[in-house]
Amino acid sequence: MPLIRPFGINEFWIIVLAAQWTIALSAIAFAGGGIGGLLIALMRVSDAKWPRLIATGFIRVFQGTPLLMQLFLVFFGMNILGFAINPWLAATVALTLHASAFLGEIWRGCIEAVPPGQREAATALGLRYYNRMRYIVLPQASKIAVAPTVGFLVQLIKGTSLAAIIGFTELTRQGQIINNATFSPFMVFGTVAAVYFVLCWPLSVLARRMELRFSRATAR
Amino acid sequence: MYNFNFEPVFAGFDQLLLGAWLTIQLSVAAMIIGLIVSIACAAGKTSGIAPLRWVIDAYIEIIRNTPFLVQIFFIFFGLPSLGIFLTPNSAALVALVVNFGAYGTEIIRAGIESIQKGQIEAGTALGLSKLQIFRYIIMKPALRTVYPSLTSQFIYLMLTSSVVSAISADDLAAAGNNLQSQTFASFEVYIVITIMYLVMSVGFSTIFSAIEKAAFKYPLSR
Repeated sequence: MPLIRPFGINEFWIIVLAAQWTIALSAIAFAGGGIGGLLIALMRVSDAKWPRLIATGFIRVFQGTPLLMQLFLVFFGMNILGFAINPWLAATVALTLHASAFLGEIWRGCIEAVPPGQREAATALGLRYYNRMRYIVLPQASKIAVAPTVGFLVQLIKGTSLAAIIGFTELTRQGQIINNATFSPFMVFGTVAAVYFVLCWPLSVLARRMELRFSRATAR
Repeated sequence: MYNFNFEPVFAGFDQLLLGAWLTIQLSVAAMIIGLIVSIACAAGKTSGIAPLRWVIDAYIEIIRNTPFLVQIFFIFFGLPSLGIFLTPNSAALVALVVNFGAYGTEIIRAGIESIQKGQIEAGTALGLSKLQIFRYIIMKPALRTVYPSLTSQFIYLMLTSSVVSAISADDLAAAGNNLQSQTFASFEVYIVITIMYLVMSVGFSTIFSAIEKAAFKYPLSR
């Protein structure tokens, strides 16, 4: 077998199929980040001081440091805590925390965008915190939240590429591996970029459409 | 229980400071050049020349929908096959400019579109040249309107620049990679570096709000 093999249809499919790991990682981080983000958003708008401070600090730290460093810290931190080094787990945990902070901040804005009169009216009607959030505030906030959340999903999918640096074989890492075997970086990274584009672009367009529709609906 | 050992990290702290300085230089240079690219592209997009708009739109969509890591691999490993050879540091700068340019264009375009038509007509009525209108009537208030988005995009650019360590440019993250491979104190090294990035992003946002207060004194009219 020759040392350098050409970039052919097989190599193309290996790269395309590696997108499944990018999708899986994005989906898990998005689901985990959804739960974490809701918690952070609720803490952030809480009336109690401590939850608010903790959530603010969490958001500041995750928005003020590079995702790459967050990945490294989780990767090496897990080793310190006695877990075996596992890129898959480290990437999942780091991206979930990252998504929690960003979604928390996005959703905080959406919750605050619900007119305060709604909350006051719910309180006046005797609804307690849980019911007030569950039936009055969150349903209205979620309508505002859809477009920026889809926008963040694009950012998250792109962010999963950094898992390649800690050695998790997703789309970008698979590209590197194929590139090392074929030495045709132009084709390889062109293909990798094209696959990301196919994943992200429809979501970007969707987010923009929803934003436009929403701003038209609320303009009146 | 794990024993934290920060001693080797602080022994190599000057390496880290050197890396941080390059990160700052890279980000500031990328922002300034990227801003020029953004203004040119935003002007092109709003010029009404259709083919120009398509090209700029394609550029924006491609950059915004692919990861920065892949862009930098493409520039650093892919361009040499076209005969363009770049050192890691210059490839990093090019990639950051190209990346920032795409996001910056959309931000500045939004600013330009916020200028009311009457303002431009008033400028024409006063006999200002096209360039004068673009500079004083469109760009100045437009930049002010989008200043907050631009500055947060800059901080995002600085954080993203850590990815250039993947092609072994000499930035802060790369200095950290070197230090951790010399000392094996991986966790400690990355803790210190993460704090350094945090300090830089807080520092830059403080500087930006000081600039905002000093530069934009006249009140905004709505």
